[in-house]
Amino acid sequence: MSAQVCEELLVAVGRNRDRDAFAALFAHFAPRLKTYLVRIGAGGEMADEVVQEAMLVVWRRAETFDPSQASASTWIFTIARNKRIDALRRVRRPQIDPEDPALVPDAPKAADEAMADSQRADAVKRVLTTLPEEQASLLRQAYFEDKSHSTIAAESDLPLGTVKSRIRLALDKLRQGLQKESI
Amino acid sequence: MQHHLNDEYLMDYAAGSASQPLSLLVATHLALCPECRAKVAAYEALGGALLDSAAPSAVAPDLLQSVLDRLDEPTAPESRIRRQPQVFDETTRRLIPEPLRSHLGASLDALAWSSIGRGVHQVELDIGGAEGFKTRFYRIRGGCGVPQHTHDGSELTLVLGGSFSDGIGRFGRGDVSIADGDVVHQPIADPGDDCYCLAITDGPLKLTGPVGRFLNIFMRY
Repeated sequence: MSAQVCEELLVAVGRNRDRDAFAALFAHFAPRLKTYLVRIGAGGEMADEVVQEAMLVVWRRAETFDPSQASASTWIFTIARNKRIDALRRVRRPQIDPEDPALVPDAPKAADEAMADSQRADAVKRVLTTLPEEQASLLRQAYFEDKSHSTIAAESDLPLGTVKSRIRLALDKLRQGLQKESI
Repeated sequence: MQHHLNDEYLMDYAAGSASQPLSLLVATHLALCPECRAKVAAYEALGGALLDSAAPSAVAPDLLQSVLDRLDEPTAPESRIRRQPQVFDETTRRLIPEPLRSHLGASLDALAWSSIGRGVHQVELDIGGAEGFKTRFYRIRGGCGVPQHTHDGSELTLVLGGSFSDGIGRFGRGDVSIADGDVVHQPIADPGDDCYCLAITDGPLKLTGPVGRFLNIFMRY
């Protein structure tokens, strides 16, 4: 499903409480969220439970989704990430409060950064498939296996500097791919 | 702001693998630093793309129905961060952004400070899920310094008010100082306002080596 379609469905859920749109989002994201949660360490039943909780949050907060800030898949990823931290660590993930008067606000977006987030999301997805397996697997460890840079280093018996430079290679490759996409 | 967080910490935070104390420090820095916030958004976009490209796994056949059945459930208003504005005085609300403010739980003047040397007070914060980490909040009078201390791992220090200097540079509001265990440095608060900072030390794993610069993906391409 393209990022544009996901965005339209999510906006329809937010604006019109559209249950069909929600079911379509569920059909696409729930099985992928399950893969994410199982790989990151939630057992089968618990994974289904967290998928359910995350999709309920998607329904309840859909009206706060802002397509100019993030793509639908990114927004749903952050919800699932927070839900599984709450569920597995039994603590709240520390995060900023956008309404906090002490928060230093963003500068207005520059015109050359105005590429739509949904377009960007599709581009990132396409470029991801072109990464060499070794680099893609490193990114999956970082995002899908709850491994910080220092944990990856400790487990693979590599110096932290080596892990960092390998991840940097992967990011460089992504960036080059994205540059080509935007020409 | 001169001293930002390294990209590996920002990526760990975006991916959700950063420890609880590190997440507290990162998020509090993010409240003061739109630049690092934009980087975290880019790393989250990478997470979104990885999620979207993940192979699907079968969920329980009745899962959709049970979610649909719950859509109309009344929900307790879910405030992401419980606000207790009456608890904090004006100075605290101005100097200490969320999420740190809620973790302190009281105004700066009302914290359970303990003196650890001339002009230096600290509170140890107890945040869950943090084996091997120490999380401390310091108040250092201008001209005074934290007593030299040793630790096996690394120390990250985020300045909230005032400023301090060490051999490496001058650190003001929002700046993060990252010191390896083997770096001997003694920060001294600059003359003037009290210096408030949040410091975390890690035990079992070394947090950082030489600073590596990741390229700014996604923001400008």
